[in-house]
Amino acid sequence: MLKSLKLGVAALALTAGVAHAEDVEVLHWWTSGGEAAALNVLKDDLSGQGIGWQDMPVAGGGGTQAMTVLRARVTSGNPPTAVQMLGFDIQDWAQEGALADLNIQAGLEGWDSVVPEALQRFAKHDGKWVSAPVNVHSTNWVWANKAVLDELGIDVPQTWDEFVAALEKVKAAGKTPIAHGGQAWQDATVFDAVAMSTGGPEFYQKAFIDLDPDALGSGTMKEAFDRMAVIREHVDDNFSGRDWNLATAMVINGDAAFQMMGDWAKGEFLNAGKTPNEDFLCFRFPGTQEQVTFNADQFAMFAQGPEVGKEQAALATAILSPSFQSAFNVVKGSVPARTDVSDEAFDACGKKGMADLKAAAASGNLYGSMAHGHANPAAVKNAMYDVITAHFNGEYDSETAVEEMVSAVEIAQ
Amino acid sequence: MTQSVSARKGSGDWLREALPKIVLSPSLALVLIFVYGFIFFTFYLSFTDSRLLPSFGWVGAENYDKLFSLRAWDIAVNNLLVFGGLYILICCALGLGLAILLDQKIRSEGFIRTIYLYPMALSFIVTGTAWKWFLDPGIGLEAVVQSWGFTSFEFDWIKNRDMAIYTIVIAAVWQTSGFVMAMFLAGLRGIDNEVLKAAQIDGASNWALYRRIVIPQLRPAFMSAFVVLAHMAIKSYDLVIALTNGGPGRATELPATFMYSYTFTRNQMGIGAASATIMLMTIAAIIVPYLWSELREKK
Amino acid sequence: MAGGASDTVVRTGRVSRFVIYTVLIVFCIYYLLPLYVMVVNSLKPLDEIRGGGMLSLPQTWTLAPWGSAWSTAQIGIEATGLRPYFMNSILMVVPAVAISTILGALNGYVLTKWRFRGDTIIFGLMLFGCFIPFQMVLIPMARMLGLMGLAGTVPGLIFVHLVYGIGFSTLYFRNYYAQFPTELVRAAMIDGAGFFKIFQRIMLPSSGPIAVVCIIWQFTNIWNDFLFGASFADFDSQPMTVALNNLVSSSTGVKEYNVHFAGAIMAALPTLLVYIVAGRFFVRGLMAGSVKG
Repeated sequence: MLKSLKLGVAALALTAGVAHAEDVEVLHWWTSGGEAAALNVLKDDLSGQGIGWQDMPVAGGGGTQAMTVLRARVTSGNPPTAVQMLGFDIQDWAQEGALADLNIQAGLEGWDSVVPEALQRFAKHDGKWVSAPVNVHSTNWVWANKAVLDELGIDVPQTWDEFVAALEKVKAAGKTPIAHGGQAWQDATVFDAVAMSTGGPEFYQKAFIDLDPDALGSGTMKEAFDRMAVIREHVDDNFSGRDWNLATAMVINGDAAFQMMGDWAKGEFLNAGKTPNEDFLCFRFPGTQEQVTFNADQFAMFAQGPEVGKEQAALATAILSPSFQSAFNVVKGSVPARTDVSDEAFDACGKKGMADLKAAAASGNLYGSMAHGHANPAAVKNAMYDVITAHFNGEYDSETAVEEMVSAVEIAQ
Repeated sequence: MTQSVSARKGSGDWLREALPKIVLSPSLALVLIFVYGFIFFTFYLSFTDSRLLPSFGWVGAENYDKLFSLRAWDIAVNNLLVFGGLYILICCALGLGLAILLDQKIRSEGFIRTIYLYPMALSFIVTGTAWKWFLDPGIGLEAVVQSWGFTSFEFDWIKNRDMAIYTIVIAAVWQTSGFVMAMFLAGLRGIDNEVLKAAQIDGASNWALYRRIVIPQLRPAFMSAFVVLAHMAIKSYDLVIALTNGGPGRATELPATFMYSYTFTRNQMGIGAASATIMLMTIAAIIVPYLWSELREKK
Repeated sequence: MAGGASDTVVRTGRVSRFVIYTVLIVFCIYYLLPLYVMVVNSLKPLDEIRGGGMLSLPQTWTLAPWGSAWSTAQIGIEATGLRPYFMNSILMVVPAVAISTILGALNGYVLTKWRFRGDTIIFGLMLFGCFIPFQMVLIPMARMLGLMGLAGTVPGLIFVHLVYGIGFSTLYFRNYYAQFPTELVRAAMIDGAGFFKIFQRIMLPSSGPIAVVCIIWQFTNIWNDFLFGASFADFDSQPMTVALNNLVSSSTGVKEYNVHFAGAIMAALPTLLVYIVAGRFFVRGLMAGSVKG
């Protein structure tokens, strides 16, 4: 059993029975109403072509539960046809030789020219397209309650110092300046933006993507942690363990002024009947106006033979069609993964997001988000989470955090 | 105390002789492969460079070096000691106490017993949210008691790095203490009343009765409770995920959550396997001597 | 086996009885509280949950969350509610519990009445298997299921639960049968009864109490399992717990707590029912079996 296991994985993935010949079995973690509605667009598209949809939802932990299930499924030689995946996971599976080659479809549809290069870094392996990106979430947004800001005479802060001044004002007025949920990934989401703002894109690249020990141990990193400590002083006492949507609710209800969160937070505002620019504001984290940190959901196709399955090709094509990209992302709050889709159907924040993405992609300011697994592999990402969240919870000071960061990343590599 | 029946000899009845062993053998085979085979497999993996999937590049003790240099592992092990110790202790104390009280000719005993027992039926996927609410200072116990007028009442353990592990104990005790109570109650019901009556005639107080006669006789019940509780403590995973997900920070990480996180979410299967190996060795160090002494006595 | 519940001889006065009842009732509240929170909040409209206290009774009572959780809540891409998954769980649990109970009974029978050299070690090996953390066996088990052609099937899931149920079911029956008078078995043998005949005629009829304990234990564990259910089931055989998890831990969108609570109680109803119905046999079974030396 021992020796055959690894070889077997690849071999089984190639040969063993995958769902139905004509159906797609899709493993995903999109189980909320809005997300499912968006996926239904895809399902209907496929059923129009006579391809059935076998649904395999496994929610939990932002996809980590689904990834565990995937490993069991692949190891048992029974992989799903298509799997929702993020960033480095796609590359890891491609490395194992488990993913199908989508280059023919990519060539026919011209994906290379419409999908931003930073995104192709994850969707392609060894020059081959292995997955179809559904969307681009950008993570360096700040969401603000406009009424609270107006009442206190706060303008949209442009720099870190202005941001701190705004936080102080809110605090003085007796409200919670920052709505935050103390979960590792949320802490890291904030840290992502803070680090980008503190050290700029070059520092971000060096520290989080190149994992350069000098950058990880630098004074800039310490400054970033110091700023995290400032943010910690401006969240309420009850933040630990709170779900992000409850934090968003605090902003919606006017109990808190700001929340740093990805664009999925927009859906909460819209669901509560709020209008962008009238009831709430969306702007980039102060000091990161030029940059976009992103994560992108994709569907990777598991190889069933030497050639990509007909139904897999159809699914991939459907995912990247402009009409689906628009329809899905309007619902999901994210922006299309291709930059040539019309922004007509999107609201103000969505339009801004699309324009920002296009500009950032053109100027080389589009970076994978560390907090969302698009800057470094899972092991490193989680090692960084450990340090960020321990520091944010007061386990140690910024100086120790910097040292821990260097050693944690080293162990994880 | 049990005498085994020696199979009747003669007439070369081979089948009759071998039948019991044949009946037992599928179970044994399954256990050997799916428990011990997998333990060996994990042990082997802990010396390899496995990351996303098992792979077989030998790296020696590197994973163990890494494991022991991780703060989170220390935290997890310490937490298990605190959690496991308190959990077993409180469950036993509470279970015994309630069993003794329930053994006093209580009206509607069956009803109360069911109430004590039912938490065992529920998984933490089911009760997790309710517990989270209850422990949350913003909406849970603290808020409710404060709304009754006791404004200085504080109960924010789950948000507190040093106290969060105790909230895990509270929820875990809630789930199993009723079950332990049932075990002790069963033990109490099995004690011969004549002995107690005799002691009572000799003028022993209720307290002395329990301390000298009853509790020592409950030793088998203690032992069974210990096995069940120890196995629950070591496997506690759902509970932590549902209540704190290891937080605040990583203050409530346990070896089981640590192992899962390294094996599956962090793609460092080698380190995950190393932590599993250490866990199993610890379990063995505690359980094997116990099983040994228990099973030997029965011969 | 000691027969019915024999009351203790300890005498208690009026005051101490009052104290005893108070303590017992306080603990009733402790044990009931989480269930109370779930039930109360499953009967409220969502606005009331957001606005009101966790413990307050509903102002407007509604059964809508229950209906939604059962038949229209979003589980995956289709809004099916928990209904279809209920059957999946039943199809998995019933055979798994039945087979592992029978297997446990046979093992216990052999280990106590047909003893041979090394039987204690075998029992010890089985028992230690109870302590293996399930997260550890996920990958190798997946591989084995693949090799056996059981990947993603209900029989595969049943098999997994069977394997990891052997330890406890054997433990229960072994300890119970150890109390059983061996003379009866021996007498039957002299009368010429065989291995299975003795089991069927003598052991089984008196195995009721311990079978209840074993069934309760196995039923609860298997019904509540999430890890195996999520990993080894296919799209069309996912059990109830996986569906419930999809319902309550969806990543975005409004959290309908009332529906979540209704779904959670629903998913727990079968095990609750088993405890309530079989609960009174439970202490009796424990008494006869697992807590005796």
